[in-house]
Amino acid sequence: MATETSKRPNTLFRNLNAKIASLPMIFTALVVFVGGTVWTVVYSFTNSRLLPRLQFVGLDQYERLWSTPRWLASIENLMIYGVLSLIFSLTIGFVLAALLDQKIRFESVFRTIILYPFALSFIVTGLVWQWLLNPDFGVQHFVRGLGWETFTFNPLYDQSIVIYGILIAALWQGTGLVMCLMLAGLRGIDEDIWKAARVDGIPMWKTYIFIVIPMMRPVFVTTLVIIASGIVRVYDLVVAQTSGGPGHASEVPAKYVYDYMFSAQNLGQGFAASTMMLLTVLIVVVPWAYLEFGGRNKRG
Amino acid sequence: MADAVLTSHPAAGVEPFGPRPRRVFSRRNIFLYGTLIMVSLYYLLPLYVMIVTSLKGMPEIRFGNVFAPPLEITFEPWVKAWSTACTGLNCEGLSRGFWNSVRITIPSVIVSIAIASINGYALANWRFKGANIFFTILIVGAFIPYQVMIYPIVIILREMGIYGTLTGLVLVHTIFGMPINTLLFRNYFASVPEELFKAARVDGAGFWGIYFRIMLPMSLPIFVVAMIIQVTGIWNDFLFGVVYTKPETYPMTVQLNNIVNSVQGVKEYNVNMAATLLTGLVPLIVYFISGKLFVRGIAAGAVKG
Amino acid sequence: MNTFKAAIAASTLLACASVSQATDLEVTHWWTSGGEAAAVAEFAKAFDATGNKWVDGAIAGGGNTARPVFISRITGGDPMAATQFNHGRQAEELVQAGLMRDFTELAEKEGWKNFVRPVSLLDGCTVDGKIYCVPINIHSWQWLWLSHKAFADAGVPVPTNWDEFVAAAPALEKAGKVPLAIGGQPWQRTGAFNVLIPAIAGKETFLKVYQDKDEAVAAGPEMAKVFKAADDARRMAANSNVQDWNQATNLVITGQAGGQIMGDWAQGEFQVAGQVAGTDYSCLPGLGVNELISVGGDAFYFPIQKDEAKTKAQEVLASVMLSPETQVAFNLKKGSVPVRGDVDLAAANDCMKKGLDILAKGNTIPDPPRLNTEDTNNQLNDLFVEFFATPSMTPEDAQKRYADIIAKAD
Repeated sequence: MATETSKRPNTLFRNLNAKIASLPMIFTALVVFVGGTVWTVVYSFTNSRLLPRLQFVGLDQYERLWSTPRWLASIENLMIYGVLSLIFSLTIGFVLAALLDQKIRFESVFRTIILYPFALSFIVTGLVWQWLLNPDFGVQHFVRGLGWETFTFNPLYDQSIVIYGILIAALWQGTGLVMCLMLAGLRGIDEDIWKAARVDGIPMWKTYIFIVIPMMRPVFVTTLVIIASGIVRVYDLVVAQTSGGPGHASEVPAKYVYDYMFSAQNLGQGFAASTMMLLTVLIVVVPWAYLEFGGRNKRG
Repeated sequence: MADAVLTSHPAAGVEPFGPRPRRVFSRRNIFLYGTLIMVSLYYLLPLYVMIVTSLKGMPEIRFGNVFAPPLEITFEPWVKAWSTACTGLNCEGLSRGFWNSVRITIPSVIVSIAIASINGYALANWRFKGANIFFTILIVGAFIPYQVMIYPIVIILREMGIYGTLTGLVLVHTIFGMPINTLLFRNYFASVPEELFKAARVDGAGFWGIYFRIMLPMSLPIFVVAMIIQVTGIWNDFLFGVVYTKPETYPMTVQLNNIVNSVQGVKEYNVNMAATLLTGLVPLIVYFISGKLFVRGIAAGAVKG
Repeated sequence: MNTFKAAIAASTLLACASVSQATDLEVTHWWTSGGEAAAVAEFAKAFDATGNKWVDGAIAGGGNTARPVFISRITGGDPMAATQFNHGRQAEELVQAGLMRDFTELAEKEGWKNFVRPVSLLDGCTVDGKIYCVPINIHSWQWLWLSHKAFADAGVPVPTNWDEFVAAAPALEKAGKVPLAIGGQPWQRTGAFNVLIPAIAGKETFLKVYQDKDEAVAAGPEMAKVFKAADDARRMAANSNVQDWNQATNLVITGQAGGQIMGDWAQGEFQVAGQVAGTDYSCLPGLGVNELISVGGDAFYFPIQKDEAKTKAQEVLASVMLSPETQVAFNLKKGSVPVRGDVDLAAANDCMKKGLDILAKGNTIPDPPRLNTEDTNNQLNDLFVEFFATPSMTPEDAQKRYADIIAKAD
């Protein structure tokens, strides 16, 4: 629809209603996101402490940032957490949705059970899992109580596996929504596809991987945006569960940003860190988003 | 066709479309239900622990294990969490913030969904030049950590003169809910058959006419999904609620944070768990009610197509 | 007008009640635990008695959760009437930006300089010769708390200084105790380290490093000894799997741990547990080596108000906070020392008296958080979190990074 008339003159008043209706979006995009980002980037070149002030210090904040062991550890942790989280949420979400799509009984019961953790905040999720993974009260204590004296499962106090402790909690909270999105996507697949696949004797798993999943591309795109943006922003969960410890083993960039902006009262450093985060996001997301949403005027 | 997200392709029927089951106790069914039941246990375990813990007294918590059912059931932690837990000098528990949360959540959810759905509609059906640039910015915006935006937003709200007001907070929630919800609505509306849209145009319907008479009535499922996401996000929000309002309008989560994060004294896990459950109750109820609507909505949307 | 102000300023609570009219003042702070809330209630009670109303805006989770809220509110143009900060450099910029109320006039009228003890507390409130905050209590960090039960169980006498404590560690470990309890929160590690400096290396070194930011001293042999001691502390604390400071204190109270380095606020926990200083636990100021204590504490700042009535009520609140009656009532509940030298603290216990003695002798040092910016404090936190959690990090490496942070500090 959009393409047919784009060559007409007087483009400003074309589609006027749509433009008026989009004003809130334009405001948000330009003033808040672009404006806020530019503001942040500008102040990342200053030595602002508690209050933003324009005293430029060049790249000092960035030099300091990249020589800070905690920041480097945060980046590494986020990469590990991000990759694992992405793989597991998509896989688990899709498998669960496929299972629920088998015309089973009590589908809504199962769906509710899997989705309900999403209703709880990250602070709550972190707290509950901190409690469950506590070596003196939780799973380890319980299994040892069953007579398995040497059983050790203490992710929150072990530097090498603490990130998995956080992952367990994050997946518990987040896979429900992924499952729901996938389920909705599966329901959108034409039944004829299944019939045709069956007639051709294609095994079920092959039908899923080579036919159904490619057809569900838009669902995956939506899901990807939701999961990935959640990963980049992960903060509350870490704070509630481990406060970044032990050592720096579960520090994440968003926490570094927050801590340096508010606890250390060094806005410049916090802004430099967040600029680096944004830059990474831009490098990855913009080309992809452009291909996905911009570029061609393919419908939808 | 492949653009259908969260829907209901028009050609599709009401039922799920996976391969059909055969016998009740086939090996396949045992595997299927076995897996689902195991998975359900993993999801239910924390809820069970929360409920059980919230019904125990402190001595029992200190010496028992987290999975044991309470020896003596006490509702005291619930009463304490709701009405007597103290934050500084205010000893009204969570009850103090409950109505504030309602007052914040309802307008924020309505406004943010209304705006996001109109955005999505404009983007999908009335695309104007440059629209996709704004949309791309929006999507990138979804990746910005909230904490980074605290100061810029303080400045924006101050300049608009609505800092510290409910309006300001609603605006903030609308802004941060916009990327994901716009994406959802855009994809959903794009899947609506073009013929419907064209027919309405021929009948002389304009931008708003088509939105209200054609798009809205067939969009229940996506509204339910957006509502679930927004109610959850806004009800559970702590950061914006505490930074952009004043003590008298603090949402429930601020009290929850205060109860859970009291820096000193013995950690009262039972009260913490009760408070946690109480705070989560509203989104949970929304789920249980709208879960049905969700399914029905998909079905209805499908039949209409 | 001036006489009216003077009347308020010089007033007791009763005098206030008769002249000022009721005004609501919103006061924000992060004191939410039982003891802290009880202490704040004393302020509220005293302020309400003047006919005004204290509107409480507590936010839990400590300063890191609360401060961004306070700062946003103040810069957003919708400030509260009074707010807690740790005095020193936390609020420095808000003062410089002209957002905080200047109380110099009131301070002179009431003679704060004459009764605030030690006078250096007011220095923390002073920017360019003007007083911008009201100090309300004194806390000191330099205490080693020892569990008598733990040492009895291990069959060794209760140590009287740090070296004896380190020597007793193997015996404690053999008896299944954690020699030194340190919680997981970053500030506890930095705090313990900062206590080791004056105890091991003396006041001179401490001041050179933190006041003069002398890089050479920070990298020098005296500080190397401190890092050696920190290495001991790290080994002794290796098995303390707790987060909060009071959970660590609880390990000492129950005899599961030998000792803890923690500020005088830990005393409240011993008191609540019904323990008696000298028989159930010991306290060693300055780790029993150098009896020096730091003078830090909390203060209230008063953002500038548009409302005339609120501005007046702020003055009432400031003088109420410093009045002798409120000072005693507040500090007994809080477990801290009043900022007035002219009040009687008969209720003080053994450990508190030790502290008062040292204060009276003037063996004090400034509080490190007051000498450093929060930025430096945070960098130190990052360093010591890593140091304590990473056995492979040598004291020498840590000292190199430490000196680096000090060199770049301002």
